Amino acid sequence: MAGSEHAAPAAPDAVKILIAGGFGVGKTTMVGSVSEIAPLRTEEPLTVAGLGVDDLAGIEEKRSTTVALDFGRITIGRDLVLYLFGTPGQQRFWFMWNDLAVGALGAVVLLDVRRPESSFAAIDFFERRNIPFVVGVNGFHGRHPYPPEEIRQALALPERVAVVLCDARERASARDVLIALVDRLIADADGRADEGGRIR
Amino acid sequence: MSEGDAGGRLVRPFTLTGGRTRPSRADFALITTVTAVDPPPARAPRPQPEHLRILKLCAEPMAVAELAARLDLPVSVVVILLCDLLEAGRITARAPHPVTRSAPDLDLLQKVREGLGRL
Ligand SMILES: Nc1nc2c(ncn2[C@@H]2O[C@H](COP(=O)(O)OP(=O)(O)O)[C@@H](O)[C@H]2O)c(=O)[nH]1
Ligand SMILES: [Mg+2]
Repeated sequence: MAGSEHAAPAAPDAVKILIAGGFGVGKTTMVGSVSEIAPLRTEEPLTVAGLGVDDLAGIEEKRSTTVALDFGRITIGRDLVLYLFGTPGQQRFWFMWNDLAVGALGAVVLLDVRRPESSFAAIDFFERRNIPFVVGVNGFHGRHPYPPEEIRQALALPERVAVVLCDARERASARDVLIALVDRLIADADGRADEGGRIR
Repeated sequence: MSEGDAGGRLVRPFTLTGGRTRPSRADFALITTVTAVDPPPARAPRPQPEHLRILKLCAEPMAVAELAARLDLPVSVVVILLCDLLEAGRITARAPHPVTRSAPDLDLLQKVREGLGRL
């Protein structure tokens, strides 16, 4: 800010975490339960979202499609803000995830324990791109029929991917899923330091 | 010739950037933080109504995505307006914290961890 003649309030540093998963798994609910503001929604028309013509194949039937993004905010301190983005759940909006994933610390993949397959695509997405993620198992009606280990095995997830049972409606529960992700990121960072910066 | 010159003066001053690089959409990510410059630069052109709405919202720092939601406009449209404002010197833009997988920022992660712990 040296040389600036105008006294503007200092802008905080900003980071983001994505909340992904199939349609109706509780993404918006989770963003809302930890955010300090009511989840906001922004719409992006498909045509200006940087799409090539080929990408529109298969969705011509919806002419005026917009992509809705939910987001929330957690002020970490005076100089740091964490933003949460609920990603569009429908498969045809995957192209949005690429943009969203740029610069993200990592992701939470939410899973509806009654229909886990609706979140497989999200798991694949982050696995393929080597984006760190945790799985939050949203037990609708507070029911958790499977222990985390069983879910991990069923999903063929490696040990380093935390599987956390949660209730997306509960602030503390949603927060704990985020903490599991950040703990994983810290462990990765520590591991890297130990290996002298080698990635893997 | 003289007619051409007269026409040229109608161009808004801040579009005549004389070789300076125009701000581009790439300058604005969803979590780029935008802050109005206060007081505005001396010879700033009169802002359009949509520009004014943005300036009011970002009197305190605000992320691009939040601006878009509060304006009820697509992010892509807001970014175009923000380019105008940046060019006119009416806002500052702070880029998001850079995230590199190969060199994670442990200090930052610990700050985030502690902040979440306080929730
Ligand atoms: N009973 C119950 N309902 C939930 C829970 N999480 C979300 N819901 C409801 O499930 C519906 C879909 O949730 P939403 O957050 O909109 O899902 P999204 O499509 O992933 O954003 C909403 O009606 C929520 O109120 C939960 O943990 N328990
Ligand atoms: Mg939703």
